Amino acid sequence: MKFPLSWLKQHLDTDASLDVLCDTLTAIGLEVENVEAPGKKLAPFIVAQIKEAVDHPDSDHLHVCKVDTGSEILQVVCGAPNARAGLKVVLARPGDVMPDTGKALKAGKIRGVESCGMMCAVDELGIGDEHEGIIELGEDAPVGGSFAAYAGYDDPVIEINLTPNRPDCAGVFGIARDLAAAGLGTLKKLDVTPVKGTEPCGIKISLDLPDNNKACPLFVGRVIRNIQNGPSPEWLQKKLRAVGLRPISALVDITNYLTIDCARPLHVFDADKIKGTLWVGEAEGGETLEALNDKTYTLEKGMTVIGDDTGVLSLAGVVGGVGSACDEKTTNVLIEAAYFDPVRTAITGRTLQIPSDARYRFERGVDPLFTQPGAELAAKLVIELCGTADTVVSELEVVGAVAPRTAPIALDLGKCLKHTGLDVSADEQRALLEKLGFTVTAQEQSLSVLPPSWRPDIDNDADLVEEIVRLKGYEHLPVVSLPNAEVVTRLALDEDERRAHTARRALAGRGLMEALTWSFLSASEAEAFGGVNDALRLTNPISVELCVMRPSLLPNLMAAAKRNLDRGLATVRLFEVGPTFHDTMEDGQIPVASALRAGAAPRHWAETARAPDAFDAKADAMAVLEALGVPVGSLQVTTDAPAWYHPGRSGCLRLGPNLLAAFGEIHPQLRENFSSTEVVVGCEVFLANIPATRAKGTARPLLKLETLQPIRRDFAFVLDRAVPADKVIRAAYAADKKLIRAVDIFDVYEGDKIDEGKKSLALSVTIQPQDKTLTDTEIDALAAKIGESVTKATGAVLRK
Amino acid sequence: MTPAPMADEIGTLKTFFLSAIASATTEAELEAVRVSALGKKGSITALTRALGTLSPEERKTRGAELNTLKNDILAVLDKQKKILSAAAMQERLVNERLDVTLPIRPEAEGRVHPTPQTIEEIVTIFASMGFAVAKGPDIETEYYNFEALNIPSSHPARDMQATFFLPSAEKTNQTVLRTQTSPVQIRTMLHKKPPIRIIAPGRTYRCDYDQTHTPMFHQVEGLVIDEKTNMGHLKGCVMDFLRAFFGIDDLPVRFRPSYFPFTEPSAEVDIGCSRAGGELKLGNYGDWLEIMGCGMVHPNVLKNCGLDPEKHQGFAFGMGIERLAMLKYGIPDLRTFFDADMRWLRHYGFMPFDIPNPALRG
Repeated sequence: MKFPLSWLKQHLDTDASLDVLCDTLTAIGLEVENVEAPGKKLAPFIVAQIKEAVDHPDSDHLHVCKVDTGSEILQVVCGAPNARAGLKVVLARPGDVMPDTGKALKAGKIRGVESCGMMCAVDELGIGDEHEGIIELGEDAPVGGSFAAYAGYDDPVIEINLTPNRPDCAGVFGIARDLAAAGLGTLKKLDVTPVKGTEPCGIKISLDLPDNNKACPLFVGRVIRNIQNGPSPEWLQKKLRAVGLRPISALVDITNYLTIDCARPLHVFDADKIKGTLWVGEAEGGETLEALNDKTYTLEKGMTVIGDDTGVLSLAGVVGGVGSACDEKTTNVLIEAAYFDPVRTAITGRTLQIPSDARYRFERGVDPLFTQPGAELAAKLVIELCGTADTVVSELEVVGAVAPRTAPIALDLGKCLKHTGLDVSADEQRALLEKLGFTVTAQEQSLSVLPPSWRPDIDNDADLVEEIVRLKGYEHLPVVSLPNAEVVTRLALDEDERRAHTARRALAGRGLMEALTWSFLSASEAEAFGGVNDALRLTNPISVELCVMRPSLLPNLMAAAKRNLDRGLATVRLFEVGPTFHDTMEDGQIPVASALRAGAAPRHWAETARAPDAFDAKADAMAVLEALGVPVGSLQVTTDAPAWYHPGRSGCLRLGPNLLAAFGEIHPQLRENFSSTEVVVGCEVFLANIPATRAKGTARPLLKLETLQPIRRDFAFVLDRAVPADKVIRAAYAADKKLIRAVDIFDVYEGDKIDEGKKSLALSVTIQPQDKTLTDTEIDALAAKIGESVTKATGAVLRK
Repeated sequence: MTPAPMADEIGTLKTFFLSAIASATTEAELEAVRVSALGKKGSITALTRALGTLSPEERKTRGAELNTLKNDILAVLDKQKKILSAAAMQERLVNERLDVTLPIRPEAEGRVHPTPQTIEEIVTIFASMGFAVAKGPDIETEYYNFEALNIPSSHPARDMQATFFLPSAEKTNQTVLRTQTSPVQIRTMLHKKPPIRIIAPGRTYRCDYDQTHTPMFHQVEGLVIDEKTNMGHLKGCVMDFLRAFFGIDDLPVRFRPSYFPFTEPSAEVDIGCSRAGGELKLGNYGDWLEIMGCGMVHPNVLKNCGLDPEKHQGFAFGMGIERLAMLKYGIPDLRTFFDADMRWLRHYGFMPFDIPNPALRG
């Protein structure tokens, strides 16, 4: 909502400065978003008069003019066809910055003739689009004076960010009314004395709507005959332009003016284009309407429309139709003012996606009691601007009625203090409400308050409290720190949140960068990573790339990795901790921590180049699990990772029945975007599947430190390649669970020095003597037992 | 080394060995001298062994002399050994040279994203005020996202938030991606009896993508419900938070009337700033910057959650987390938060050990 200061002052008698006005607007909830002062950039330009205009000696269209600036006569070469002696013009002089180019004007020669300035066209001053010739000023323009001041461009335009609860301030008058209530001046009364009609309306109006005409309980109309439509006067055009509206014709401009001035949308029909009865009813569905915004709409059943015997003429409260619109030939009009139901107007406007100034106001709720006064103001303006000697005004036809609000709201006098901490006396509460137009009756401990007709937003006592503190000023509210709750022993984060936190820190600690990627992705990516059901496809996505809720974090991380590689990074290490989506239910949103490593092997002088492999992904997954308290030694590794992993280079980490993580190389088919040297490995840790940590207090189990030195023995086994190493390790442990502390694999060999289909595993077993040192015989016996256990479990042959 | 004289003259032996020790140039040569004197077959060892053949008196005198000789030789050997060992170390160190200007082996270079970092900072501050973290799903119903928050379907506020829809069987309560974290207010009040003090950070979605909007971003919601918390507490709580978060003790905080369907009275909160020279600076400089919305929970919202507005009251607030992060850490462009550019993450991200802690904040 924007308006020039002068328009506000048309309704508000005030001495307040622009700054004070703006501060007050913001303080009462009408936040000033912008103050535009077009006068600033127009400041250099002055009114000048052409004294003499002769043809340029070397051109068939240029003129050489002598221009009077009030203090000197300048020579200006000008190409405008309307440059002529006697004309008052807008003059730019060398050094003036032109609003359209932002550059300073320079003196110079045009085809050999010196030119010391420029006479300006509308577009050159940035005040409109016209460029047909230079601006022609009126006779009254003062030569040498400021053009901005003369033309009213020194009038700042205030733009407020109007909240949807304040339809009363969707008009300049309403804003003035609120400022007056805030003590910033006196509201000037509107002259809404009825225009006397001298004949009946002539057009029959009927309301034909369900629920006692709920969609349009009141419709007033009046015919005015023998008028002449044409351009509206300059004062009106200037006002409309200042608020960003394009002047069209006097009749249209009048309705636009009253919409902005009084938040009262109106419509003017060409009365000669209405056939038979004008009715307000519901659309049957399927009708089409060619609207004034040059678009054609197909109506849905139940939309409120205005029609005549030939069909639908207009979408009530939203947009008018071309068929019944006024044009320059219009001589007879029907002025319509009605009250349209906010909900229905909103639904129609939203369904057909028509933004309009009328819809904006009706859907927020116009003042129902201003329907007739609005029609009177419109009639006055039509007579004033379009009237002829033969103009005849009909009586105002009033069909239906809006029942005024009668139920008061009870406001407990203690409510304001209890809810805001601000102590406002009973008298002041009453006075503040009355300033805003509320009708207040004092009861013993409360006020009985009836809101004015222009405040449909006031519904309960909380609304009244807001009105009181709003007018009083939020700066007067006390500032009280929240009193401490009892000693806080519970944690602010629940287990899920703590897991996310820990996973994040663990992965960052491993040298990965945390990414945040969209919760959605393309359908094909979703399909490749497990797929989603149809309930997770957005009906109005931003693009096809972002149209399905993600079933996995990996595809977005892969896309991010690719972007980074394309920027020239050699190695990418990313992770994300966030939701994946499997159905629309609450438990269909599953938190996952996912890491991705991609890129070629980085080279370094001290280290052998190594590309990421599945074991990096496994390590990432295990680091997260270990940080989250999972006994990683008890994890089972299985080779049944989901289909988006390389089938031979991936695995799952399980704890009993729970799938805790999947890891591995990403399936080569899904790496089509990556080059052949760029390996991509990743993991997914399913945070919600991790068994809850059992609350055992804060103490840790007592530490038992061994006093005897551990012994290490190495073993080498030759076995079938297919036997998993994990089986060998477990068999080694099984030889003596009490004494064997660690089994580490320090070498794996597969190659031509060994039988085909075989591999060699080298193990280092750490034996921890318990109560006494072990004798050589005992150690040898244990070693033999380890060899036998592994051989028995895996068929491995111990190499001597 | 020349063989040691086999003479039994102690003096001769002494002279010989001292000279041999002095001329040893390596530790190995020195060791050879020691062995020839005091080893199993050494000259002095041999003389000592021969003591047994002497009379007790001779043995006593001769033994004492031999012992003195042995100790003298050992002392000199030891002294010479230290000298040679120091020289050897010196020579070794001359040859052991690294080019320490070479770069180190690659180190882990992990970072935490500014958004979760900021969430943790926010949680830490509110946790100290007795707030716990609550959460709700990203996929919501219109009821929780709008209706229960006093935003009926016809409400113009619905147009203020471009909503993503998911397919729904019914037209009246469609499935949506939550446009705000406010539905967590409803879920909390429905499931927990007052007193309530929660904050709810999380992902939110709006069908918007331009210079200053992304289809996904993060918000944090706050809710306090009991029987006496009023707007003064709201002001105090928000001011305390903003000053702690930005680390500016005298940060001006301004409340002005605004409108949200789920609060009444409602307020927008501005903080002090300066925009001089096109650079945004927070603090007491006279200009204002909008930072968050808040208000007293609307009686209709309380009723929708089964609470009695005559008995229970409190406040709610909501703010954009990326916006807070951008202001605090000087990050210029919202869209970069979701691009996963490693260069950006390295620059604007946080070290993994940089865990928000009110005791450590500077």
